[in-house]
Amino acid sequence: MIEYVWLVPFLPLLGFIINGILGKKLGKNLVSWIGCGSVGLSFLISVKIFFELLSLPAEERVFEKIVFPWIYSGLFKVNISFLLDPLSCVMLFVVTGVGFIIHIYSIGYMREDKGYFRFFSFLNLFVFSMLVLVLADNFLLLYLGWEAVGLCSYLLIGFWYEKKSASDAAKKAFIVNRIGDFGFALGVMLIFWTFGSLNYSEVFQTAPSTLVAGGGLVTAITLLLFLGAVGKSAQIPLYVWLPDAMEGPTPVSALIHAATMVTAGVYMVARCHILYELAPFSMGLIAVIGAITAIYTASIAMVQNDIKRVLAYSTISQLGYMFLGCGMGAFAAGIFHLMTHAFFKALLFLGAGSVMHALSGELNMQKMGALKEKIPVTFWTTFAAILAISGIPFFSGFFSKDEILWKTFSQGNFILWLIGVLTAGMTAFYMFRLLFLTFFGKSRVEESIKPHIHESPRVMTIPLIVLAILSVFGGYVGVPKSLGGANNFEHFLSPVFGEKGGLVAYSVSTEYLLMALSVALALLGIFFAYRFYIKKPELPKSLAQRYSFPYKILLNKYYVDELYVKIIVNPLLKFATFLWQFLDIKVIDGIANGLADIVYWFGGMSRKIQTGYVRNYALGMVLGALLVLAYFILR
Amino acid sequence: MVPVSYYILLSGILFSIGVLGFLIRRNVLVVFMSVELMLNAANLALVAFAKEMGTLSGQVIVFLVMTVAAAEAGVGLAIIMLFYRNRKSANVDDGNLMKW
Repeated sequence: MIEYVWLVPFLPLLGFIINGILGKKLGKNLVSWIGCGSVGLSFLISVKIFFELLSLPAEERVFEKIVFPWIYSGLFKVNISFLLDPLSCVMLFVVTGVGFIIHIYSIGYMREDKGYFRFFSFLNLFVFSMLVLVLADNFLLLYLGWEAVGLCSYLLIGFWYEKKSASDAAKKAFIVNRIGDFGFALGVMLIFWTFGSLNYSEVFQTAPSTLVAGGGLVTAITLLLFLGAVGKSAQIPLYVWLPDAMEGPTPVSALIHAATMVTAGVYMVARCHILYELAPFSMGLIAVIGAITAIYTASIAMVQNDIKRVLAYSTISQLGYMFLGCGMGAFAAGIFHLMTHAFFKALLFLGAGSVMHALSGELNMQKMGALKEKIPVTFWTTFAAILAISGIPFFSGFFSKDEILWKTFSQGNFILWLIGVLTAGMTAFYMFRLLFLTFFGKSRVEESIKPHIHESPRVMTIPLIVLAILSVFGGYVGVPKSLGGANNFEHFLSPVFGEKGGLVAYSVSTEYLLMALSVALALLGIFFAYRFYIKKPELPKSLAQRYSFPYKILLNKYYVDELYVKIIVNPLLKFATFLWQFLDIKVIDGIANGLADIVYWFGGMSRKIQTGYVRNYALGMVLGALLVLAYFILR
Repeated sequence: MVPVSYYILLSGILFSIGVLGFLIRRNVLVVFMSVELMLNAANLALVAFAKEMGTLSGQVIVFLVMTVAAAEAGVGLAIIMLFYRNRKSANVDDGNLMKW
């Protein structure tokens, strides 16, 4: 079955083509079967491949499969070929598994939508693109998948394209991503220029000997590649598209903007870890940007009232954690957090979708409340996800987050560790704020909606339950040694990343202390949320009035969007308008029309020769003959 | 014998008369006759040179030219007839519709 790894991306592609072309005629039932079935089959194949990979000894868990030759042009040789190793296996699981669950959920969520088949075909196209991205074994194929997921993101964010805010958000996402992709493309070109090849194995094997560790070239390559990751994975300064991307349907937010596409940047950094380990400056920069983004967006999330916006900022914050982990050299920990985050963030988004479904589309948390008894399945699964993301012990998020914080601390980066721990506290606070505002307290739901509140259908709640189980138990593959586990996850990935043994200068008791500290901060966050939103619900409002200036800044997201519009968008718009009105209309059209006018004028003059008199023509003939004669006589 | 230059001069005079007639006269048939005159002037020149050079090529070309003149006369007269039928006039200035 490992030979058939190409089937994994191919099946969703087939689903996209069939649903895209024939979807309207096939009817909702068949479209659902094709859409979900293709991803489901890919998932099953991924599982089989995983077990086959496990049966091989650890050093041999690498498999390359050339599907067909792509570009052979002189020295430039690139194939469509896939690389299977533990890292891509983990990503396969996440993409196909979580993707499949979300496809099932969408059957229920998008049932009333008239663009049903278009939705499923785009979703399939997205899964295909993401699989190409994670399975690629050379940079060009990676870039292809990279761009394709950006395209699918645009198509799906702007799914309800008749709504202006949705199409604006889609444009914003694509354009901001493009800025990052520009850096990424430059990085890929630089790699080719340095190594003469774009193939992972060739580049990574010759990198330590070709590149000067810490030198300018490798730093340039890694920083350019990271610029792409900043765009794709929404870090500072290119994160502004992700909150707006919530205009898309909720399954899209769950799949693309929580579980898969935004993690492409983290995957890429992990995949190129050999290059990054040769460029300590880049790693440091990645860690700093990750940490700052984490705490910055957590602060914004604490005051937002739109339930999806809170989750969007939370995603950016958690991505910051993943980059912090990678920046500290803890690539396995970063990927581990990627996996657990996929579970609980997708669950959170789907749960929010379920709440919106129950409340006929209400997004504002200030208009929710007291839903705990009315939609119990949604409540309990969301609660499980919130426990996971807050880093409560024994849930999946605890293990992955703590792994990253521990690796940060043990390398001596106390400031970054402090930022990480504070962010963990803030995460717990805003997540429990979300829980309390949505499900507890007095009902602030609009009267017209109240009688219609209902639990979502089984096709939507079963995915929630599955994801809840994964959020709770999914962390047990990575229990660290200090807590008695074997850290199977890191072991599994060690052929890719190498065993990182000798960093630890601190004892196990320090690790326990740090764990206790982060748990304590999380509990503190929960306590504050409880106090603010259950015990004394008037407290937030009075605090907002007393500290109105900081509150306004946080509520308006530090006015970054307005800043970008003023500094970047408006000047560009003015420049584009100038180019249009002056250069395009006056100069270029002037030249084109001018040429036509010259021909017209010339023709106008020339037509006067045709007088219609035969004798004029006869005169012309005679004169012509005389000229020829004169020429011959005078020669 | 008569110097060949006399023949050439005569041919030239005939040709000039033909050109003038072609440019000046108003009647379509007279213009046509001037064209024939020009052709025959060329014939005269050709025969004169043939006799001068002693070759027969000039005489043969004259045959060709005469044939062409005859064919052209046939077609041209047909056109003139249609011209008269449509315009009801034999004035060459009356065929002036194809102007700008």
